[in-house]
Amino acid sequence: MAKQKFNIIESTCIPVEIDNCNTDLIIPARYLASTTRDPKFFGDAFMHDLRYDSEGNPVKNFVMNLPQYSEAPREGVHEIIIGGQNWGSGSSREHAAWAISGYGVRVVISSSFADIHRNNLLNCFVLPVVVSREFQQELFATVKADPSAKVRVDVPNQTVTNLSTGHSETFPINSYKKYCLENAFDDIDFLLSNTDKIEAFEKH
Amino acid sequence: MKTLFDKIWDAHVVQNVEDGPTQLYIDRLYAHEVTSPQAFDTLRDKGIKPFRPERIVAMPDHNTPSDQQERIDDPVGRKQVETLQKNCEEFGIRHFAMGTKDNGIIHVVGPEKGLSLPGMTIVCGDSHTSTHGAVGAIAMGIGTSEVAQVLASQCILQQKPKTMRINIEGTLPKGTTAKDVALYIMARMTTSGATGYAVEYAGSTIRSMSMEGRLTLSNLSIEMGSRAGIIAPDETTFAYLKGREYAPKGEAWDKAVEEWKKLYSDEGAVFDKEVTYRAEDIAPRITYGTNPGAGIAVDECIPELKDIPEAEQAQFLSMLDYMQFKPGEKLEGHPVDYVFLGACTNGRIEDFRAFASVVKGKKKADSVVAWLVPGSWLVRQQIIDEGIDKILEEAGFELRLPSCSSCLAMNPDKVPAGKLSISTSNRNFVGRQGPGARTVLASPLTVAASAITGKITDPRKL
Repeated sequence: MAKQKFNIIESTCIPVEIDNCNTDLIIPARYLASTTRDPKFFGDAFMHDLRYDSEGNPVKNFVMNLPQYSEAPREGVHEIIIGGQNWGSGSSREHAAWAISGYGVRVVISSSFADIHRNNLLNCFVLPVVVSREFQQELFATVKADPSAKVRVDVPNQTVTNLSTGHSETFPINSYKKYCLENAFDDIDFLLSNTDKIEAFEKH
Repeated sequence: MKTLFDKIWDAHVVQNVEDGPTQLYIDRLYAHEVTSPQAFDTLRDKGIKPFRPERIVAMPDHNTPSDQQERIDDPVGRKQVETLQKNCEEFGIRHFAMGTKDNGIIHVVGPEKGLSLPGMTIVCGDSHTSTHGAVGAIAMGIGTSEVAQVLASQCILQQKPKTMRINIEGTLPKGTTAKDVALYIMARMTTSGATGYAVEYAGSTIRSMSMEGRLTLSNLSIEMGSRAGIIAPDETTFAYLKGREYAPKGEAWDKAVEEWKKLYSDEGAVFDKEVTYRAEDIAPRITYGTNPGAGIAVDECIPELKDIPEAEQAQFLSMLDYMQFKPGEKLEGHPVDYVFLGACTNGRIEDFRAFASVVKGKKKADSVVAWLVPGSWLVRQQIIDEGIDKILEEAGFELRLPSCSSCLAMNPDKVPAGKLSISTSNRNFVGRQGPGARTVLASPLTVAASAITGKITDPRKL
């Protein structure tokens, strides 16, 4: 998956107001049999069974198909998803993070994330931003009332701001992961640079 | 004074990254066909080989058909299974091929072959890796990027989770199994109640629980949000593991057991959270919604709308709409179309014994399609050795071949849209057993009773 450096993102949002949105919903199991790494394949499968009916026709009233939210993400547009609580529960499938990333989303904001999915998002260079339940509800209200409303996610300062109300919260991220996001640096590169420590561990 | 989790964690710390994660050494990586191909690609991208191939064991299970295992008809699934085999050949990794006596569902095969042992750190690109915690190991599901990390370095970078102890005290009532205990805990604490925690199960109920029951309980930890569900090893654990194919033998076994006996939470060890439930309160359970926490006792009614907190009412109604159930409805007696016994949750020998004990001398309802799928070839052989297959056959059931089968709609065992399935698997999510399929989760006893009557049935009443 594409590794894009993080700094400040200012974008309109897609409100996916589903609590306990599990990774089976984010990408159904039948898309997991693929051995590809093609972002488009996974992006097209993102939320597939909510976006399309069994005949493959778009489900008109699903949020991602509403005209005000259906434009594909690009800089400043729909780069942020506001999700319901316990986002990404269930299966460990990283394909869910690939689907979100493949669709073009760079940030998911929620009041809580499932542990495995949260790590998967970070490893795919999609930023999970944890906010309070109150702020999450405010963001839903703002974005639903005005789809052109923008939210700013400032990674260096670890703040998320509702630009319509000026309300802001800080979000947690450890300095190691922050360094990774700002520099497009992978965990695997870090581990490979530490093999001497691993060998020393194995000896003792 | 340390918790069991801390003891094992601390023994595997390679380094703590400053204001960052822990670099944790991994004793065992399991790989299956679905979440590994892109990880092997990462090795090729970087021009590296697995760091410790001898610590890795791979087997296909998700795409495996359960009616025959000569071939996989779906070309995409077939390619994925072939890709795993090729990757294992290329990188020198032990591989238990489809249709061979070593194969089965990873989370059934690992413990029963003695590949998962007390004190180990175990990971796999599968959320139900929590299963292996039942032998007294830290076992966690990981994503494909993390699979690549372990392939490359035998380590992962992890934030240490908080610890939670769930105590179950007392004797389980007749008809209540480990599956019901797990479904009860989820209903009490919700599917995110243990998010951010590693859970340890303790208490007298756990001490007297069989190894198979413990594996079922640990398996379902992720459905409470916890990546890991650990149980201190004891005589039950040692008796289960002794003589297993990859378990230590002879003097090495004795030495290992001495070490394993030190694996318990010290008296006075402090957990970030601790809860206690009484075994007596737990009846056979079923789910009515589309997450495993939406459950009731089999003889209870679905809650009324007024009993659901206002913020959750919309979700409650949307779940019931999908399930075609109504608030306040009693599900006992509701017709079912499909029954499924199997999966990494309930595909072990004890589950087949339990199922057989209910259906023995009775007949399967004609209206019901039944899939009885052992979790491994070893389990299947044991079923045959014990004559359970004959009991099942006389009751009108057919024993299928080891596979993840109808747990997740990645092989031919899909429940058709709109049909209602009562299943021993772990997830009742929308579309989990097939697009549009409706799933009620239950224990092997409840599923067996329902298979006989063709209706959701309280096993205590059959």
